[in-house]
Amino acid sequence: MLIEVVIILLKVGVIFVALLTTIAYTTYLERKVVAHIQHRIGPNIVGPFGLLQPVADAVKLLFKEEIKPAKADQFFYTIAPMLSFITACMTIAVIPVGNWLEIGGKRIELLISDINIGILYIFAMSSLGVYGIVLAGWSSNSKYSLLGGIRSTAQMISYEVSLGLGIIGVLLLSQTLSVAEIVRQQSGSIFNWYFFKQPIAFFVYFISAIAETNRSPFDLPEAESELVAGYHTEYSGMRFGIFYLSEYANMITVSAIAASLFFGGWNGPILPPVLWFVIKVVIFLFIYVWIRGTLPRFRYDQLMRFGWKVMFPLGLANLIITALILVMKS
Amino acid sequence: MFGTFFPIFILFIFVVAVALIMIYLPELLAPKAKTRRKFLPYESGIIPETDARGKLPVKFYMIAILFIVFDLEIVFLYPWALILKELRWFAFIEMLIFIGILLLGYLYIIRKGALKWE
Amino acid sequence: MSFAIFFILAIIAVGAAVMVITTKSPVSSALYLILVMCSLAGLFVLLGALFLAALQIIVYAGAIMVLFLFVIMLLNLRRDEYGHDSHIIQKYLGFVLVAVILVQGIVIIGWAMKDYSAASSLVSTEGTPGAGPAVDYNSAYWVARTLFTKYAYPFEVTSILLLAAMIGAVVIARKKRLPDIENEEG
Repeated sequence: MLIEVVIILLKVGVIFVALLTTIAYTTYLERKVVAHIQHRIGPNIVGPFGLLQPVADAVKLLFKEEIKPAKADQFFYTIAPMLSFITACMTIAVIPVGNWLEIGGKRIELLISDINIGILYIFAMSSLGVYGIVLAGWSSNSKYSLLGGIRSTAQMISYEVSLGLGIIGVLLLSQTLSVAEIVRQQSGSIFNWYFFKQPIAFFVYFISAIAETNRSPFDLPEAESELVAGYHTEYSGMRFGIFYLSEYANMITVSAIAASLFFGGWNGPILPPVLWFVIKVVIFLFIYVWIRGTLPRFRYDQLMRFGWKVMFPLGLANLIITALILVMKS
Repeated sequence: MFGTFFPIFILFIFVVAVALIMIYLPELLAPKAKTRRKFLPYESGIIPETDARGKLPVKFYMIAILFIVFDLEIVFLYPWALILKELRWFAFIEMLIFIGILLLGYLYIIRKGALKWE
Repeated sequence: MSFAIFFILAIIAVGAAVMVITTKSPVSSALYLILVMCSLAGLFVLLGALFLAALQIIVYAGAIMVLFLFVIMLLNLRRDEYGHDSHIIQKYLGFVLVAVILVQGIVIIGWAMKDYSAASSLVSTEGTPGAGPAVDYNSAYWVARTLFTKYAYPFEVTSILLLAAMIGAVVIARKKRLPDIENEEG
């Protein structure tokens, strides 16, 4: 009993610390890659190749004065970044980061929890993620924040529907809601990856995920030219930092889900499973940054129209056709 | 229950602890220089005159309604995806009727210009 | 162990529910309601109904409460715009209605408890002695099975209800065609 509790504590601790480190270094990756896209060098002063930049950033943010707007609703103003961060990090619980380890005859599954409704859990967490943003916008008592918050929420809920439709495309084939089981089904050949059976579902999922995480080219809530910084206009110091971290945490979890559901998760030849998982996630993160470095921002009306009139019908059509093929085949 | 939800609970505690530390550590470390102007909401350098929370366009309400309806649809699609291979045509046609009726509403909202942003 | 968790969750749920109706700011009310939903989801987890727990969060805490918050923010409701207690009759009527619902609840629960086998199939088979090999009636699969076979007709009717909600929203939000000064100028 005791040893099991210790194992769980260690496992959760290691995965969580790994997540936090990945978040920190995703900011580095983004700055470096975007810099090279723009023919700059990027961070290169702190440490070799600027590798200690995230640490320097964190320390700096901790020592920054926090400016809380006088008219802000203090309680909600404080709780909003926390909500954002918590919902962003909790999703990692159901994603298998590797197959399993055997230490001293004990088999340790490399995921925090294999609940049999894993996909619904992910969906539940992402639907709660809206509140951090809407509360930040509302509680700051600033016009830019409020508009940014409401816009962002409307955007997130619009694309959440398409996100779900993309995931259900995989569910139709996998017949299970457990993420670990879906990854196991894709083992063996590379052609077992659900990407090859559901390319449109992946396309719908990935684009919706970019919008859901408020990333470029869908980063309307942070469109500097019109909304200053959107919902976190009035946030400074570490509180702003938490929103920043949540955005990256969301990016990582969304990439991890994409890798697990469509690209076989930790499955892969020769290299250890954990490494495969990390490689796949990093490739997705790179694509995210690449998109940010190259594509211009959408206009808000284009964004909403695209979500409801293109992504949603596309996802639904893909689903119905997949279902039709399945029913005819069986 | 112990095996599945205890680890999630532990993760929750870790995450909340880190979030609390990040929120409250700067209170100890960071300098505090209180000047009145600094605490005014940002409005491009102009001192704000009215309350920020005005009334907002009703379009956002329409988006929220659309979201609820289609979120419910998705909630029905999850179990449907699990059962489709077993019930086959019955489940397929059942869902086709369900989606068909919802799409009527979707087309109606689109036709009424709910997604038009001037 | 699970009894203690039940009590903690129940206290949070009831306490938050009381806060929903007593707190003055509408946004706080909405947030307490979210807390109620989440602790109810916790209770579902305790019963082993994971699927329902997830739906509770996705549908109620995730979707419906977003609409509530939107409406509160769109109308810019605040403490002072509530007006003072002018609804005295409604207040007492409220108590009467709550009493009626309470009696109803007790009757229904009593009625369900009489038919213990019916009750035990609703809850989990876990803990009922001699239940045989445990069939997980709470799993997503069984929910799906009953929903799409036994309750196929109510399922279809739901779509009509949702359709009505969409059309109702359009009708409520529709612009009145009044002569608009800004439009005339433009």
